[in-house]
Amino acid sequence: MTRRMPKRGPTPRARGSTVALRVAVGVIAASVVVPLLWIVKVSIVDPVEQAQVPPTVLPHSFTFSHYRVIFADPLFTGALVNSLRIAGITTVITVLLGTLAGYALARFRVPFSGAVLAAILAVSFFPAVSAIAPLFIEFRDLHLLDSYWSVVAVDTAFSLPLAVWIMVTFFRQLPTDLEDAARIDGAGPLQALWRVMLPVAAPGVATTAILIFITVWNEYLFANTFLFNQDGWPVTVLIPNFTANQFTPDYGAQAAASLVVTVPLAILVLTFQRRIVAGLTAGAINE
Amino acid sequence: MTSARRGLAPARRGERRLGALLVAPTLVVILLVTLVPVAATVYLSYHHATVESSGLYVGLENYRYIAQDPAFRAALENTAIFTVAAVAVELVLGLAVAIVLHQAFKGRAVLRSIVLLPWAFPLSVAAVLARLMLQDQTGIVSTLLTEVGLVHGSILSSRGDLLTAAIVVDVWTSTPFVAYLLLAGLQSIPSSVLEAATVDGAGPFQRLWHVTLPLLRPAMLVAILFRTLQAWAVYDLVYVMGLNQIDSLSTYVYRDIRVSELEFAHGSSAAVFIFATSILIAVVFMRSLGRGGDKAASR
Repeated sequence: MTRRMPKRGPTPRARGSTVALRVAVGVIAASVVVPLLWIVKVSIVDPVEQAQVPPTVLPHSFTFSHYRVIFADPLFTGALVNSLRIAGITTVITVLLGTLAGYALARFRVPFSGAVLAAILAVSFFPAVSAIAPLFIEFRDLHLLDSYWSVVAVDTAFSLPLAVWIMVTFFRQLPTDLEDAARIDGAGPLQALWRVMLPVAAPGVATTAILIFITVWNEYLFANTFLFNQDGWPVTVLIPNFTANQFTPDYGAQAAASLVVTVPLAILVLTFQRRIVAGLTAGAINE
Repeated sequence: MTSARRGLAPARRGERRLGALLVAPTLVVILLVTLVPVAATVYLSYHHATVESSGLYVGLENYRYIAQDPAFRAALENTAIFTVAAVAVELVLGLAVAIVLHQAFKGRAVLRSIVLLPWAFPLSVAAVLARLMLQDQTGIVSTLLTEVGLVHGSILSSRGDLLTAAIVVDVWTSTPFVAYLLLAGLQSIPSSVLEAATVDGAGPFQRLWHVTLPLLRPAMLVAILFRTLQAWAVYDLVYVMGLNQIDSLSTYVYRDIRVSELEFAHGSSAAVFIFATSILIAVVFMRSLGRGGDKAASR
């Protein structure tokens, strides 16, 4: 992962610089792809080649055993289910609450709406560790330690600012004509949201859902704080502990597991690149 | 808003109520799970707190303790180095990538998708994979670096090397974010401005330095702000890569609160320190953003 992206300056539009541009494109692509290919290689070579000194550059052996090992391990398949559950539930709740709040803040004259929005957004600046001590005590008293609901609750709270902000941005971009027409036809404000606005705002909702899902799938601190029992661990907590628990860490299994948990994200990214970027930049640029 | 203004008075009052009702769940969740706990952390930091009881009021004693704790000082130093180095490198590389992605070339759509991949990578998993590549003898990166003569001995048992490695992994995963923010900034610069500069005889580097960069200032500040706050709170990378050998501020807090629960109060005061410094960073950036940022960010 050490291949650097190009240090060279800008490549001007002039025709003579197409070579420089091509080199830059190649270096950027390689810096992303080469480390990933290396992990693929580690995940498919046999343990003998794994231990070879110096390491081989191209694979000389081929085996699916590492993948078989991890999928036969109930801890790993369980962690996949846990991650899916935590990220799925958090995404649904966050998108629902964020859409309602975003709609209200963008469209209605909510009292103190400016201050409310500022307060919600300020939370996105909070370092996560500044809340874990009291939450730890609270969850212990509520017997929520080791329950994925503790992680869902905290992940939801820390994801809401982004969700609200993206939805506010999207609703503000939509023309009010549609709603007005619906309202004149006698629809209440909630009906207008449900029947007219939501279909139009669907891209915004989808963007928010994708971003939140990826963020929560990748979350590590809260899961590592509130979940003691390894049966409840999501993949982000389980995979690092593959190393710590074994005397000779199984690199092949680690690499295979890392790839498996990243594939869903890679598919999301490659499919919805434009949407994700729109959401990321809406969350930052439209100040 | 327009419909509310046009509507009758009772309807408007109803809308206000409905609006408040729609925002309420979000506010309640945020209040209960972030604002109240942060306030409680401040409370704990002034007490002789343990995980069992909040204990007696001890004033600034916990703060005095961490200020003299070599482990806290090391964590602070590591975090400062990590933040400055990672954000600086990410800004430079991010700008370079943004400029490349802004050009017209075959396969641009593909490259734009590929570049986003590292951003989606779980940091704790990226840290595991980095350790794998840095293993003595069998790791590919450690082997290459040793061969070139850049590294002598084991990377994974050198604190300095571990911190450098954490910075490199952070650069790998976060440069895409910076690049995309800056790309959005580049796309909002009207081409007429650059054409005018060309007509006036400005070369490509002059255009970059005198036209593009000043107009990119707001986007750069936003990118730096977000990345600085994230790097300042770094936990995953340092905890997984460092394996108890190096600390960041966040891993110091975590260790006190979760690993050795006897240090609960000290961890809380360190947590307040991260919180206060983060808010300070945010305020400083927001100010400078407000000062010079309005010209270009007119969207």
